[in-house]
Formats: sequence, C-alpha cells, structure tokens
Amino acid sequence: MNNVDQLKDKLESSFIVFENELNGQSKSPVHKIRQEAFKVFEEKGFPTKKDEEWRYTNLRPILKHDYRIFTENENPIDFKDVKKYFLTDVDTYKLVFIDGVFSSWLSETTHSKFDICTFSSMLDKYEDVSEKYFNKALPQDESFVAINTAFAKEGAFIRIKKNETVDKPVQVLFFTSKLEHDAFFQPRNLIVVEENAEVTIVERHQSLSDHNVLTNSATEIFAEKSSRLNYYKVQNDGPNASLIDNTTVQQFGKSVVNIGTFAFGNKFVRNNLNIMIQEEHTESYMDGITILGEGQVVDHHTLADHKFANCYSSELYKGIYDGNSKGIFNGKVMVHPDAQKTNAFQQNNNILLTDKASVDTKPQLEIFADDVKCSHGCTIGQLNEDAMFYMQARGIPAKEAKALLLYAFANDGLRNVKIKELRKKLNKLIATKLKVDLDFEL
Amino acid sequence: MLKVSNLHAGIEGNEILRGINLEVKPGEVHAIMGPNGSGKSTLSAVIAGREDYEVTEGHIDFNHEDIADLAPEERAHKGIFLSFQYPIEIPGVTVTNFLKTSINEMRKAQGLEPMKANEMLKKMREKMELLEMDKGFLSRSLNEGFSGGEKKRNEIFQMAMLEPKLAILDETDSGLDIDALRIVANGVNKLKSPENATIVITHYQRLLEHIVPDFVHVLYKGRIVKSGRKELALELESKGYDWIKEELAV
Repeated sequence: MNNVDQLKDKLESSFIVFENELNGQSKSPVHKIRQEAFKVFEEKGFPTKKDEEWRYTNLRPILKHDYRIFTENENPIDFKDVKKYFLTDVDTYKLVFIDGVFSSWLSETTHSKFDICTFSSMLDKYEDVSEKYFNKALPQDESFVAINTAFAKEGAFIRIKKNETVDKPVQVLFFTSKLEHDAFFQPRNLIVVEENAEVTIVERHQSLSDHNVLTNSATEIFAEKSSRLNYYKVQNDGPNASLIDNTTVQQFGKSVVNIGTFAFGNKFVRNNLNIMIQEEHTESYMDGITILGEGQVVDHHTLADHKFANCYSSELYKGIYDGNSKGIFNGKVMVHPDAQKTNAFQQNNNILLTDKASVDTKPQLEIFADDVKCSHGCTIGQLNEDAMFYMQARGIPAKEAKALLLYAFANDGLRNVKIKELRKKLNKLIATKLKVDLDFEL
Repeated sequence: MLKVSNLHAGIEGNEILRGINLEVKPGEVHAIMGPNGSGKSTLSAVIAGREDYEVTEGHIDFNHEDIADLAPEERAHKGIFLSFQYPIEIPGVTVTNFLKTSINEMRKAQGLEPMKANEMLKKMREKMELLEMDKGFLSRSLNEGFSGGEKKRNEIFQMAMLEPKLAILDETDSGLDIDALRIVANGVNKLKSPENATIVITHYQRLLEHIVPDFVHVLYKGRIVKSGRKELALELESKGYDWIKEELAV
C-alpha cells in the first residue's frame, strides 16, 4: 500500500472513531451531510494528475506524510509568541484556534448585534442556520471539500444581521502549536452577510511546529442582497506547512464581494476560490499577489460563475517566482446563456526571476451569452532591463531597483485592501520576500 | 572632470565606438552631433555604465578616477547624470517616490541621512516651478502615459533635483515642440554653474540655439571626426552631414 492509500485508509478509520464520539448527535441532519460527504471521498479518493483540475499539481509529496487526524490542543501558545501574526494597531474581533480547538483567551467574540463565534457553537445553537447554509455553497464533488465536510466540527462562524455594519475587522487565525508529529486539519468556516450588512475579515494559518502540517480548509460564504464583504487571506506559513483552501461565495443581488489572496509562504498552497453569482447587479473582485522562493508551490484555481445578467467581475493576479518555485493560475470565467451584459475582466501577470522557476497560466473563458464584455490577459516575463538601467542611472542600486520594480509590478494586487495596518503588513511581507529594506508605503 | 581616451566599445561583438577622445572641464558645455547611427547614444550609455555595452579599449576617467568598472548607480553617486532619449515608463512607481528613493540612495552613498520630507517637498516645488510643471504630476506613475514633452521635462526635473556634476542630455530635444524646448533649455541653463558640466547630444542645431555650447564635436562612425566652437554647429546645419562625409572621403 502506498503512502497516499495509507492516508485514505487512516481517514476511513478516523471517520468511524469520529462518529462514535458524536453520541447523540450522530442522528442529526448535519451528520447526515457528513456521512454523505465521506461517501463521496471514499468513492473518489484523492485527486491525481489525471484529474483536469489537478493536472499541474502533484499531491503525492504532500499526502505521503504520516499525518495524525485528531489533534487536541496539545501545547499552549502565549500571545507574545504569535503577536506578529495579529493586526494589533486596530481594534478587531478575533477568532483564534489552536490545533483545531477554539482558544477563548486569545479570542474576542460577540453575539450582540451579530454573531462572531465558532462553527461548533453555531451547530449547537442555531439549527436553522446549519440547515439553511451548511454545505450549501461548496461544490459537492471535490474530494478535499468532501473530507472537510465529513470532519466539519470547528472553525469560524460569522453572521452579520440585516443592515448591520461590523464596526471593526474580524481576524480569524488558525495556529498549529509546536506539535511533535505531523498533523492534518479540517477547519470549517461559515460566513453569512445578510441583506445590506457589511464585514471585513482577515484569515491566516500559521504553524509553529517543525513537523509537517496539512490544513484542508473549507469556507462557505453567503453574501446576500446589497451586502458588502471584504475577505483577505494572508498565506505566509512556514516551510513545513501546506494549505488546501476551498472557498465558495454565493453572491446575491447588488452585493459587492472582494477577496484578496496573498501567498508568500508555505511549502504548498492550493486555492480553490469560486464565486457563484446568483442574482443580478453584483460586483466581484478577486485579487492576488504571489511571491515565491525556493521550494514553494502555489496553485490558484478561481471561478467566476456568471449565471445572471448585468454583473461585473474583475480578477487581478500578480506573481513573482524566484528559485525553483512553481506557480499555477487557472482562472475560469463561466458566462451562462442568460447572463447578458456581463462584464468580466481577468488578468494574470507573472515575472520569473530564474530559469528554474516556472508558472502555468491558463485563462479559461466559457461564454454562452452574446451581449457581454469579457477580457483576459496573461503574461509571463522577466524584469525589464531598460527599466533597471534607468533606475540605476538615477543612483538606485541594482538590488533596490529590482525590488522597487517588482514591488510596483505586484502593487496593484493591493488595490482593494482597505485596512491600513494590513496594507502595511503586506507591504512589509513583500519587502521581506524581495529581500530588501525599502520603505514601500508608497 | 571627464576624460575619455581612446574609447572603444561595442555590443555583442560589434564595435560601435572606435577610439573616442573627449575632455570636459567644469563649467563647460559640449555638444556632440552626428548623423543617425554614428554612436551618440552608445557614447552616453557607456559613460553612464550600461552593462550591455562592452568597453574593449581605452579609459573613462571622472575626476581623475577610472570609472570603467563601476556600476551605473556608483557612477550616478559620483555625480554623472544621463537624461534618457527614451525615458522608461514604470507603472506603479510615482514620480515622488522614485525621486525620494533616488535622492536618498544618493545620500546614503555619501553617508548622509535621508532628506527630510518637508525639505524634499519644498525642493520639488521649487524645481517644478523652474520647469513650469503642474503639481499633479508628482503623484503620477513615472513616465506612464506622459507625452514626449512631459517625459523630457521630467528628466530635467530629476536632474534639477539630483544636481549632478556632469549631465549628459541624450537627444533631449527630440519630441519637443518649440515651447517645451524653450522651457527645458531654460531649465538646463539655470542649473549651469562653474562647477558642473553638460554634454548635449543632438542631431539638430535647434537645441543649441537655446543651450549654447562652448565646444561642438562631430561624431561619425564611432569617432570624433571634427571639433570646433559653436559655429561648427551652424555650419553643420546649413551644409548637412554629407559635407563631413565628403571631407572625410577625400
């Protein structure tokens, strides 16, 4: 039996253990959904390069480890050790999880005008919510989504009620403590932004362990009529951490959704980001900055699914690849027959800094309506030598000139980052990643 | 200040400069003229340190120091400024931030602290006035979407901010209408001092009506074939470059 089969086997036996521990809950509707999801995984198994959606990515090196499926909060974490991962200049709500378990002392929750709490408490308290939303957004035939759904137990639950605007950003942080073994996590998030409500969320996964960590995260987002959502994913985890992120947004009339994915770290990241447009006059933005170095792989798969007329989507992904890093961008824009007057824009620009770095970029536009405006552009290039000389001739040393050019290249990926401190942090991450000490607050 | 002796240089094995000799002293304005393809832009790029060009023979001394092995930024730090014939568009970097980085890197090389923000702003305003530039210009991306005239004005604006010892103006007049030419030339003239020097590279005489040279050199096939006072420029203008070619053929 190979390592990947062993992991599948382990998940199967773990699921039985998980069910046994549920006791009374094992008959609940939620658990029915889990069981069905697990069946999907049992039938499909892990994806391989034969799957169209995974043809550029070899999962074997990620799945071969001896991951433990159930990890309790094994080591405490002091705030001072993880402070740098938080936004601290601005007041925020915080949902913090350590080794998959909610950490109440690092968190700041609320139930007053809106719910900013845990997925588990949502399951306990709001049966109507789980019935209406749980597993209703994500695709059902994806193996990793199925695994996550099967083991869905904990994560963030954020529900902003009608006409409410959350007064401060919400930080959702998943830490892995200094575990002495490899671990596989399944965080599950549910975000509901009700009619005319507004919220801004920042999500991070950080491992403090030297062992291999694989996080298979699933997030369902419902952006209801006229709601406004900003969701920023900061992916700058350590060299032993891998992330598979499945996020699907169901977007309703006149809502504005803005998702930023900023990938700088990790050994391996796969982002499956789907925006499913369910009514007219929506606006969707998907922005990304990817800066990778030696040994890193980031695979972005995005979907803008235009089912209804008069909607706008705009996608801008910038990538800089150093060392032997590898990037993948697969951007699908689907315009259904009824989605007339769709305005869809997609752009993916990449710079390769070495001969060993590579990127596969694939725009995938499927347009079945005739009165639409769709544009896309993909570029892969090197640094502009003329620009380098120009800057050097003005006294800017080669290293700084290069960094400034790359920064300028990547910078418009930050166009929709509305939290000043987050912008600053991202600018700093970019500078660090480009190995320069420049004040990038341009 | 600048002493170029027997300079041979080329690109990818093709020799373009075939033994240039040129000496520029503080306070002087030199014009280098010549037909297309004579090596004018190559000469300016080689002095500024563009690495694509290979110096195969000869020396470039700047203030008695051989600068042939210095990187472009190191030459800039020593006070050499090249105004580009085709300034590069750099989207995402504003004029202000480019200048800020440039000035502070220059200062760093001289062991100075970064310039204070208000001091820099004041200086920018002053120099912009000199070049009759609009304030809004500072927050635009460097050269992106600039007209030909704006690009050249921006070059001279940067020169005014950086206060170089030696300014090389490569075809600064190309793409300028008569008003812009006057403004740019006026800017250059106001920046002139007994301590700094200027090399004006141009195809036409008209810029030299505004920036009056002390010496005029004619570059042809990689060599300076004729040098003289400003009258040489007028002669070139009336007779054309064929005159030089014929004279050389004799």
